[in-house]
Amino acid sequence: MMLLDTLVQGVMLGGLYALFAAGLSLVFGIMRLVNLAHGDLIVVGAYLILGIGTSIGINAFLAAAIALPIMFAFGWLLQTALLNRVLGDDILPPLLVTFGLSVVIQNVLLQTYSADSRKLPVGPIESASLPLGPVTVGVMPLITFGSAIVVILALNWLFYHTALGRAFRATSDDPVTAQLMGIRPRRVFAIATGIALVVATIAALYLGARANFDPSIGPARLLYAFEAVIIGGLGSLWGTLAGGMVIGVAQAVGASVNPEWQILAGHIAFVAVLLVRPRGLFPRAND
Amino acid sequence: MKAVLTLGVGLAVVLALALVPVIGPRILVQDLFKVLCLLVLALNWNLLAGFAGLVSVGQQAFVGIGAYVMFATTILWGWDPLAGMLIGGMLAMALSIPIAFFAFRLNGAYFAIGTWAVADIARLSFGQWRALGGGTGTALPRDATREMFGVGLVRDLLGVSPAAAIDAVTYWLALGLATVMLVACWLFLRSRMGLGLQAVRDNPVAAQSVGVDPTRLKALVFLLTAFVTGLCGALLFIQIGRITPDAAFSVIDWTAFVIFIVVIGGIGTLPGPIVGVLVFYGLQRLLSDYGTVYLIALGLIGIAIMLFARRGLWGGLIHCIGFDPFPLGHAAPRLARQSIKEDAA
Amino acid sequence: MTGLLEIQGLTAHYGDFKALFGVDLILEEGQTLAIIGANGAGKTTLMRAITGIARVSGGSIRLKGRDLAQLSAPDILTAGIAMVPEGRRLFPSLTVEENLQIGAHARTGNRFWTLDRIFTLFPILRERRSQPGTALSGGQQQMVAIGRALMSNPTVLLCDELSLGLAPVVIREIYAAFPTIRDSGAAIIVVEQDISQALKVADHVHCMMEGRITLSGRPQELSRGAIHDAYFGVKHA
Repeated sequence: MMLLDTLVQGVMLGGLYALFAAGLSLVFGIMRLVNLAHGDLIVVGAYLILGIGTSIGINAFLAAAIALPIMFAFGWLLQTALLNRVLGDDILPPLLVTFGLSVVIQNVLLQTYSADSRKLPVGPIESASLPLGPVTVGVMPLITFGSAIVVILALNWLFYHTALGRAFRATSDDPVTAQLMGIRPRRVFAIATGIALVVATIAALYLGARANFDPSIGPARLLYAFEAVIIGGLGSLWGTLAGGMVIGVAQAVGASVNPEWQILAGHIAFVAVLLVRPRGLFPRAND
Repeated sequence: MKAVLTLGVGLAVVLALALVPVIGPRILVQDLFKVLCLLVLALNWNLLAGFAGLVSVGQQAFVGIGAYVMFATTILWGWDPLAGMLIGGMLAMALSIPIAFFAFRLNGAYFAIGTWAVADIARLSFGQWRALGGGTGTALPRDATREMFGVGLVRDLLGVSPAAAIDAVTYWLALGLATVMLVACWLFLRSRMGLGLQAVRDNPVAAQSVGVDPTRLKALVFLLTAFVTGLCGALLFIQIGRITPDAAFSVIDWTAFVIFIVVIGGIGTLPGPIVGVLVFYGLQRLLSDYGTVYLIALGLIGIAIMLFARRGLWGGLIHCIGFDPFPLGHAAPRLARQSIKEDAA
Repeated sequence: MTGLLEIQGLTAHYGDFKALFGVDLILEEGQTLAIIGANGAGKTTLMRAITGIARVSGGSIRLKGRDLAQLSAPDILTAGIAMVPEGRRLFPSLTVEENLQIGAHARTGNRFWTLDRIFTLFPILRERRSQPGTALSGGQQQMVAIGRALMSNPTVLLCDELSLGLAPVVIREIYAAFPTIRDSGAAIIVVEQDISQALKVADHVHCMMEGRITLSGRPQELSRGAIHDAYFGVKHA
């Protein structure tokens, strides 16, 4: 019973990690950019939700709804003003710029909000739980997991059933030929980063509602996100969900043995999967 | 002729630096020790990222491994810390083999986060080492460093306190390591292998077609830099005297600073790390009281350099004076290649 | 007389090498113009310069009097010039139908070319519409590439090396679509290494060598010897 309970907790946690990962995966898929500041941008989202919530005095869910368009605009601006300038054949400049960005964001947050940990208040729902057969599951983890599935469904629909998704895929395949079709890759990239930050903000809501956060926790979220993407196999959003679940379950099992082993267990699962399946669990047929 | 001049100036600088513990104040010795260690780390990272194209964000793994192994041999086995330092470097290199085996599976940009993840694994694993204090860490026994090879001799020669003598010994070691590393880099980059590496960097396909095996070369660079990074890590923590997993595996101290140093000085150039470390030291003196502001400034400068002067201060200087005082055979500049032409509108 | 597309003194670079040295060219409404020349003559660079993929370093490209020389590729497409690029370059992660639809990405309003009309022009594509573009044969891929360019309803259609790597019977099948394309109102420039095919389809032929136009005329006016000279740069004995 304990084990089953742990597994369910792990799977739910995996939903959160899939939310961390989806934006990273989206941006890499479209413009081959690995954003080392992704984790810190999630933390920015959490502080933004907190700020909106406390200043207008509304529920964290409503505050997140307001934060979504703001973060989309921020992502659009970030891509247009900064990242588009360093994209190219050379992988070094985008890596170093996003790494610099990560350090800047962490320290600006530290300067503004201090190192104290915060939490997003979501009200009584936080402690509510549902009996689900033999185990009891918290309502918030369930909502988190459900949101992850909805987000992945939505991104898949966007990718494969809309004109924008077509432009995403075409630009990812061949940006030069895409321009011959009237597509402006830089605008496409700006929209993609905007969407990635929208997903990051959804992730931030559940991150902040689940546990304490402070300005320094971004890089660890980046690592979980990255591990979920690699375990799942590049380019597969459902794979990313599976990857998130692998990390989540490994962490939950590790923590149940010894709380200090939680994070290490997740990392070890990542290494183990990569050793057995170098291209992840669900690699794309081409590339 | 130019080479002789360079050599002469270099020798004079090294000699002057060697005299600092004899005539300078101890605080300067300690400051310059940090600068020299950062220079060693920067030279290594520059070799990795600037020449071998391996953008690692996980070099703190090797700093930490070197430091922890040195602590283990000293505390658990009672060895001289300097012997422990050598073992630390060697173990860092030994561990870099499985790490390379793992991280080289990740392509290009994902290699960066992969190495970061590996460093986090190392941090958490060493944090489980109860005999070395687990997550809260431990300190080197006082006697271990006092009785370290050379400390007694320096004490007698200079007539200083044991602590100052330890500082002097570690300082000279750092100076020696930096000098050897600099000369080794220069020789390596002008060697057949070094030129092969630069050829791979500038055009992997063409280099492969003339028989340069990029993976083998890159793996070799990864191993050697792990060795020196491990040595440097151990040396740093002999002088610091205390270790915790978070300090030994700090991404900010041992990788972020190093990256900014190389980027500011000029990535992919040999003198870049030297220029960078000088600027870094100056900025630190100027802004260190402001803590976070200092890090924000460093991050912004790094970003600005990548945007506007991709080859850093050294690259900019070469561009201004029109020739390279330290040519590396055919070290070609890395120019921005932007294949997407589009108006801003 | 003024043409639909007028190019004057066009210079452009291929990488670091100057590949076009002052090219002059006029394309008139309803005309089909062929550009022939050996490998490296600058034909593809000319196409890339007109469509905004290669940077233009001098000269002008006027479409109905409007200079496009400094515009970006997407703007040039919107202005009315579409290209079938060399090597077809279909998007591998798009189906045949999506490859066609993306050609209409920048189109506003309804014009002649629709998915249905493309499928009527190349019926085989209707059967293959939901397959990945790159799963098709070379000839079928070329049809998709032509259809994709037509979906933007161009005033000028550029076709770069349509026959490259295709069997003669397939080449004939593809060129059979040209009268319909011309009737839709598009003027056409074809770049061809297959001289006889070029002479058959074009009203006017330009021969390029080393980045310059060395010979032009109507197909029936040009002697085999003159073309040979212009093509290979040697005096015909």
